[in-house]
Amino acid sequence: MSIDLKTIKHISKLSRISVDEKKAEKLAGDLNSIFDFIEKLNELKTDNVEPLTSVAETTLKLRSDEVKSKNLRDQVIKNSPKENEDYFVVPKVIE
Amino acid sequence: MSDITKQSLSELVENIKGKKLSSSEVTKAFVERSEKSKELNAYITEDYANALNKAKKFDEKPNLDLKLPGIPMAVKDLFCTKDLKTTAGSKILNNFIPTYESTVTQNIWNEGAILMGKLNCDEFAMGSSNETSFFGNVQNPIDKNLVPGGSSGGSSSAVAAQLTPITIGTDTGGSIRQPASFTGTVGLKPTYGSCSRYGIVAFASSLDQAGPMAQNVKDCALLQEVISTYDEKDSTSIDFKRKEYSKELTKDIKGKKIGIPKEYRVDGMPKEIEDLWKKGIEYAKDCGAEIIDISLPHTNYALPTYYIVAPAEASSNLARYDGVKYGFRAEGENLIDMYEKTRSEGFGAEVQRRIMIGTYVLSSGYYDAYYLKAQKVRKLIKNDFDDAYKKVDAILTPSTPSSAFKIGEKTNDPVSMYLNDIFTVPVNLAGLPGISIPAGHDAKGYPLGLQIIGKAFDEQNILNIAYAMEEKINFKNNITDWWI
Repeated sequence: MSIDLKTIKHISKLSRISVDEKKAEKLAGDLNSIFDFIEKLNELKTDNVEPLTSVAETTLKLRSDEVKSKNLRDQVIKNSPKENEDYFVVPKVIE
Repeated sequence: MSDITKQSLSELVENIKGKKLSSSEVTKAFVERSEKSKELNAYITEDYANALNKAKKFDEKPNLDLKLPGIPMAVKDLFCTKDLKTTAGSKILNNFIPTYESTVTQNIWNEGAILMGKLNCDEFAMGSSNETSFFGNVQNPIDKNLVPGGSSGGSSSAVAAQLTPITIGTDTGGSIRQPASFTGTVGLKPTYGSCSRYGIVAFASSLDQAGPMAQNVKDCALLQEVISTYDEKDSTSIDFKRKEYSKELTKDIKGKKIGIPKEYRVDGMPKEIEDLWKKGIEYAKDCGAEIIDISLPHTNYALPTYYIVAPAEASSNLARYDGVKYGFRAEGENLIDMYEKTRSEGFGAEVQRRIMIGTYVLSSGYYDAYYLKAQKVRKLIKNDFDDAYKKVDAILTPSTPSSAFKIGEKTNDPVSMYLNDIFTVPVNLAGLPGISIPAGHDAKGYPLGLQIIGKAFDEQNILNIAYAMEEKINFKNNITDWWI
């Protein structure tokens, strides 16, 4: 298989990473060599194999539904790149 | 007392407990040596003044019952440290000051240790040479212009150069064991679920584990018993009975069955690695272990599986870096433009590459062909180990397919860089513990490591085997302090 520039641009959109032509070409080359390497998995028949989703053979523990941390507003906002009192600020979304 | 920084963690603990050394003396010695070692670029953030203050406070009212009384320690910059910048080696987190502490580091401070600073690493722990860090590459103290391994490269360099008595790293595909092997140090990747992931910057959540990196096996065992706790803040933390690994440490491994997997004799493996492995087998026999040939038939499929599973999880984990809630933001014409520019300017090339791979394998129409396929092969790889452990107690392999390489040697070829992790990745995929110990040198005088892989939750057993073999190997690191 081969990943073309159109596919790279589609993935970049899904990834929310902007790419220009030059970067797209470099990425196409890199991804193609990586996927050539990954294709090796197709040698294996896996029709009857259960997928492994977690190596830990335990079930999730339940906990009581109680608030353990509160009044964290200042901490949550503290690292915001642009702050405006109690909110995260983003570019205008609605005209 | 002279040569404080040459002492092992266990010696320092003993000397502080015996009141032969104060925390201030020890901290000052490591701070001074770290300050003289800037050329290694092992640190991203130094916190020396605070460390010296904390040491002074410790000495005023020393609690000598603790396991790490007044011991200074620098940690990988992937662990969130309250009120001290945590970057994960990335521009996108260059201004991030956590308001909380990771569980693993909290466990360390609770036992009396003192934070000295944050150590360099590959960006978001994605790399095998520390060259993807936004803060520049790290020098290996073994030789100038040699990589220290990665992703915990600042950690391996700092322990080998004795800038910190011991440290912690994280290991998703080999990021503790490979840098330990490249620097002649000891590194343990614990069983998945053994150490809490709470407060560790996430890379691939089904694989990530924190673990100790040390000068010797005994120090490694001591730190492991400190950091391994059940934590309800990590839903994959496992509630099992943890041992006091350093107290139960023994060199008596008579009759232990150690497996040698034939599939680890990979094509093009240098003869030096093959010879090291043979020597390792002899050492294990000398210790009284029984050697048994085993097969792990799906070994060759581990790396391709890893390069689907890890990027897929990374692409999902790293979606949180959007320039809104924390971290770097690039201005854009609208919201989407802001996201795209922030992530394009904030992430480095390797991280962008892995996000794109992950996004692709999870995207509509490709999920079954790639992601689901990889999860099935992951099951086969785990089954291989389960079968092997019906016959043996542990498995012995080389840690890496080569010794440390030159800075810049592999940066243009991602696949050749990925091949570094060929012996370490299967262990993460199966969630098992693995330890790398220094076992010899190649013709260039660079260190080489051997890996001992254990059953899940059987850290004590592989620590014991490592402890016994360490004595027989009697490894000496050739470090000349060329950077001072």
